[in-house]
Amino acid sequence: MNAPQFQPGSVGIVKPQKARFDSPIHLKGGASLPAFELAYETYGTLNAAKSNAVLVCHALNAAHHVAGVYADDAENVGWWDNMVGPGKPLDTNRFFVVGVNNLGGCHGSTGPMSLNPATGKPWGGDFPVVTVEDWVQAQSKLADYLGIEKFAAVMGGSLGAMQAMQWTLSYPERIRHSLVIASTPKLSAQNIAFNEVARQAITTDPEFHGGNYYEKGVVPRIGLRLARMLGHITYLSDDAMMEKFGRTLRSGALGFNFNVDFEIESYLRYQGDKFSTYFDANTYLRITKALDYFDPAAEFDGDLSAAMARAKAAFLVISFTSDWRFAPARSREIVRALLDNRRVVSYLEIDAPHGHDAFLMDDERYMNAVRAYYGNIDL
Amino acid sequence: MTDADRALLARRPDLAAIAGWVAPDSRILDLGCGDGMLLRYLWEHRRAYGYGIEIDDANVGACVRNDVNVLQMNLESGLSSFQDGSFDCVILSQTMQAVRHTEEIMSEILRVGREAIVSFPNFGYWVGRLQVLAGRMPVWGDLTYQWYDTPNVHLFTIKDFEDLCAKLGVRIRERVVLNNGKPVHTLPNLRGSMAIYRCSAR
Repeated sequence: MNAPQFQPGSVGIVKPQKARFDSPIHLKGGASLPAFELAYETYGTLNAAKSNAVLVCHALNAAHHVAGVYADDAENVGWWDNMVGPGKPLDTNRFFVVGVNNLGGCHGSTGPMSLNPATGKPWGGDFPVVTVEDWVQAQSKLADYLGIEKFAAVMGGSLGAMQAMQWTLSYPERIRHSLVIASTPKLSAQNIAFNEVARQAITTDPEFHGGNYYEKGVVPRIGLRLARMLGHITYLSDDAMMEKFGRTLRSGALGFNFNVDFEIESYLRYQGDKFSTYFDANTYLRITKALDYFDPAAEFDGDLSAAMARAKAAFLVISFTSDWRFAPARSREIVRALLDNRRVVSYLEIDAPHGHDAFLMDDERYMNAVRAYYGNIDL
Repeated sequence: MTDADRALLARRPDLAAIAGWVAPDSRILDLGCGDGMLLRYLWEHRRAYGYGIEIDDANVGACVRNDVNVLQMNLESGLSSFQDGSFDCVILSQTMQAVRHTEEIMSEILRVGREAIVSFPNFGYWVGRLQVLAGRMPVWGDLTYQWYDTPNVHLFTIKDFEDLCAKLGVRIRERVVLNNGKPVHTLPNLRGSMAIYRCSAR
């Protein structure tokens, strides 16, 4: 038998871990959880000074498996494996990297699928709505648990970047650098509209049962599938989709029926089907709400500059020109608020064709900038 | 002074004059900041701190490597991100001739900065004049581009710049004219290959 072969720069075989917290966590919406667990992974080694920890926050559909593969599943490569690993832009030879599944998730952290201690049944529809602030609060407990007083950096793309931003506001003393990639200071009406269609697809699925579908042994698969298909449209640019699929026909000729004609239809159906087998609909609903609710300027009458005054971290803000979900103009709002506060900030606007998903791609300018930025972080 | 500093000064003859006018601990904005070496130099030698604006991908990457704050924006629209009087000094080093809307940029830099430092190749330099007389576009030490690959869109002389300042009500506080890195005092518009100005609003 051959030893497992890893791509160069892979962190190799990794093992998910769990941290349990037995003190209650109070959530922004008013609810609290008496105890909770977080699934997480780490790569690299925490140095003696504990000054080299980097938290990587996930976006909508990912979790704590950021890099490497599992011993029993070599196909399951971490979602940001091109970014994180030995010699990669976030170099695990130098940094101790933490990936965590957020509260309300469906990959091992306490969420709607977990048992509600009050009833002994899965939380289901009763699991509270969680926010970016709640996630960051839970992440801070994990940092305490791991003995990390201050992160060298917190990093994320899209919704993950909102957490990187929120860290600078919730715990300004506990973060030195914030890498905010393909993000926005708040969702637009159009962004919320897309999320609402996704939620409606799920909640109107006959198998949804008010979120209590586990006990009935069913899953609102149709709704989840539609939600994912819709999401995928917003992750790609028009040009990238045309480039990738064009009007190519699946079987070479029009079918004159309602089966798959075009490759793009096949792609969306495949992505939707795949997603609906591994992702929990209740988690999806909550994550889209966390996106909708994120708005650090709200408590400052919409003044983002006033909101960012609390931040002390240095920022690297990156946007992608073809991202129409969170367009560069949204990132420039963040930059402007930081400039108003005379914060340390660099801003890159990468002319990449892939749309919102560009933050997961291997654009050389993007990767090199992140690599150079981490290279200049003192340990 | 390190070898790297000496190499930088040789490559950027306007840098010594600029550094001399930037007060210690001042807040600066460098428009068209290139690889960020001027910002880095001013940080190391003046503790002057600020941001660079740059559009070119390779230059922006170099700025991140050089650990200076860089904002990848078009400098002709990017200045709207800054509040009035945000900076002690706005630097436009060898960039003015490549800017499209010259009058607007002059008023913008004196809106966001208390002072402006502007350096540019002097197209009144005698070498250039002779080249034009000989039927060629000027190419000399500080001005190495050929007509077909130049980013420069507005070619102007020391006299032209001073006329513009007068028209816009910009006060010229100091001026240094260089010929291949050495100061020129007589017949500057003829003998100087590069000019550096320190300006403020009146």
